[in-house]
Amino acid sequence: MPKHHKTPVVVADPPRLAVRKTYKLFIGGKFPRSESGRTSLLDGDNVALASRKDGRDAVVAARAAQPKWAGVTAYNRGQVLYRVAEMIEARRAEFTALGVEPAEVDAAIDRWVWYAGWSDKIAQVVGGVNPVAGPFFNISAPEPTGVVGVVAPPSLLGLVSVLAPAIVTGNTVVLIASKAQVAITLAEVLATSDVPGGVVNILTGRAAEIAPWLASHDDVNALDLTGVDDAGLAIELERSAAGTLKRVLRRPVGGADFAADPGLRPMTALLETKTVWHPKGF
Amino acid sequence: MFDYAPAPESRSIVDLAPSYGLFIDGAFGEGKDTFKTINPATEEVLTEVALAGPADVDRAVAAANRAYRKWSALPGAERAKYLFRIARIIQERARELAVLETLDNGKPIKESRDVDLPLVAAHFFYYAGWADKLQYAGFGPDPRPIGVAGQVIPWNFPLLMLAWKIAPALATGNTVVLKPAETTPLSALFFADVCRQADLPPGVVNIVTGAGETGRYLVEHPDVHKVAFTGSTEVGRQIARSVAGTGKTVTLELGGKAANIVFDDAPIDQAVEGIVNGIFFNQGHVCCAGSRLLVQESIAEELLSSLKRRMATLRVGDPLDKNTDVGAINSAAQLARITELSVIGAAEGAERWSPACELPDRGFWFAPTIFTGVTQAHRIAREEIFGPVLSVLTFRTPAEAIEKANNTPYGLSAGIWSDKGSRILAVADQLRAGVVWANTFNKFDPTSPFGGYKESGYGREGGRHGLEAYLA
Repeated sequence: MPKHHKTPVVVADPPRLAVRKTYKLFIGGKFPRSESGRTSLLDGDNVALASRKDGRDAVVAARAAQPKWAGVTAYNRGQVLYRVAEMIEARRAEFTALGVEPAEVDAAIDRWVWYAGWSDKIAQVVGGVNPVAGPFFNISAPEPTGVVGVVAPPSLLGLVSVLAPAIVTGNTVVLIASKAQVAITLAEVLATSDVPGGVVNILTGRAAEIAPWLASHDDVNALDLTGVDDAGLAIELERSAAGTLKRVLRRPVGGADFAADPGLRPMTALLETKTVWHPKGF
Repeated sequence: MFDYAPAPESRSIVDLAPSYGLFIDGAFGEGKDTFKTINPATEEVLTEVALAGPADVDRAVAAANRAYRKWSALPGAERAKYLFRIARIIQERARELAVLETLDNGKPIKESRDVDLPLVAAHFFYYAGWADKLQYAGFGPDPRPIGVAGQVIPWNFPLLMLAWKIAPALATGNTVVLKPAETTPLSALFFADVCRQADLPPGVVNIVTGAGETGRYLVEHPDVHKVAFTGSTEVGRQIARSVAGTGKTVTLELGGKAANIVFDDAPIDQAVEGIVNGIFFNQGHVCCAGSRLLVQESIAEELLSSLKRRMATLRVGDPLDKNTDVGAINSAAQLARITELSVIGAAEGAERWSPACELPDRGFWFAPTIFTGVTQAHRIAREEIFGPVLSVLTFRTPAEAIEKANNTPYGLSAGIWSDKGSRILAVADQLRAGVVWANTFNKFDPTSPFGGYKESGYGREGGRHGLEAYLA
């Protein structure tokens, strides 16, 4: 028998250490850090701080994805968008944990479903046959503008309200988000919803730093300034966008009311009308 | 080949005054400064018109703002009747206006008589009918006008561009201040007289003549709420820049460098007619001109020899002659631009060809010209020439044709020639252009939306779509 018998100290299991999430960028379907290596401290998280080079990389990804996304059937795009709504629903606890009110999550899901349904209806509503005075078949149909640069509003409903109308018609998007945690959680939804990589690219950081590079970029076709609350910056961006005649969506006077019926304008502002003529004859 | 005896249209139907003032608030007034407008086919001075300065534009914009209150409150059905009246008066005065347009612009009377004027009347007739149906147009249950529209138009289709601007603006309840191009001010001034004949309330339409500065002052005027511009991409950029932060809405219809694609199964004779119409219609002074011919390599030789044969029959000369196919270049400045780019085309290695053709001694003329052996890097394949000059490129596969067609910052129009329906539809889908003509070219209609992708501008003119630009 041993002389000294030591009784092990019985301690309670330590509380489990949580695995924290790293908030990185969302480019080309992947979640890279900023090439600049920069982060900023936002509500206790070190979130990636995108650079202008990240902006250019995101434009390349968006351009590469655009023809294929525009080329899938409208029915298919509608299905993919509906799947996004399903995934927000499934992850609603993540959004509420970030401080989004449950009612806003509801509204965001409902808005997404509303837009999903537009995919195969908008062409019939805004296009159609034109009764020209001659023996011609003449038809106008909407087509996506291309790559859209978006300065997004911070709220989840705001994000959804600028993103869904852009992509439902076949555009691809480079989106600048100020509220990284909500935006990147939405990116995780998109990454698990059959949205092809590159269709939505999310840069977290400062609009004043990145947006000017999108505004002057030759390969960006339109600029949505809904989330720009600095009037001086909005004017600078619109002037810069004129260099390549980008379509510009201005921030509504007094800010956007995302609770209201969006109407068709968020979609039609990012559509081109193509009119095709062909003679008729035996 | 038969010779044609001259068949000149009489110009006596046009009664030109020695000078014209500005049309503001329903009356012609005086302008402090003036400039001359000439017939580009003869360089003869036609008349003198007022050069509107800032104070004149201020007066015109103020008149339009005063008129706006009543005009926008008028029941749509009443606005419609004014526009129907205008359409009818244009139809009645069509011959006079066609001759006037040809005198001031240099385009063949055949075109001003058979294309421009009928389309002008049709455009007013079409939008007249919209004035009392706007709530059904798909822009909400209670669409409202915007206010005063500042409109600046080019010289290539002076009266037709005026119609594209004024008809939808008035139908939707806006009032306008319009500036016609410096070299073609006359048909807009005659239109002012049409408005008077129609008893259109004073201030609803105001015409200020002048040059680029007048236009710039108009579009930057703080009491103008909507800007509509047709013209060069460079000026379009300046306008887009100038309206930033103003709350003004803008439509821009700018330049183009359209590809006209001919596949190996195309009906050659029809394609040749379409190519000729695409680039030589209106002396090639057409933003949607088919200025890049993309022809499938296997038929290039056959097509080009047909095209050259056809070009040799084009009659270039007196625009008032009813037989004339190609008229005068609109101005000395435009002739210099076409000449410069053509010299560059040859210097860069493309092969230049024109049919033997005798050009008049006076006036501004340029023979129909094609360049073969053009590559995508050549300036004549990239820049808008805005004249009767065609650049010919070849391709082997549909994918290559699409790639080349889209390889331009412009995106206004395109043409496809093929007998295969599925190919036409697939190619039309892939072309980044606002108007695609398949087995036809340069067709226009008031019901058919017109406007560009990319740097050819934004917004549409014509059709239901054309209302949107003038509704809040």
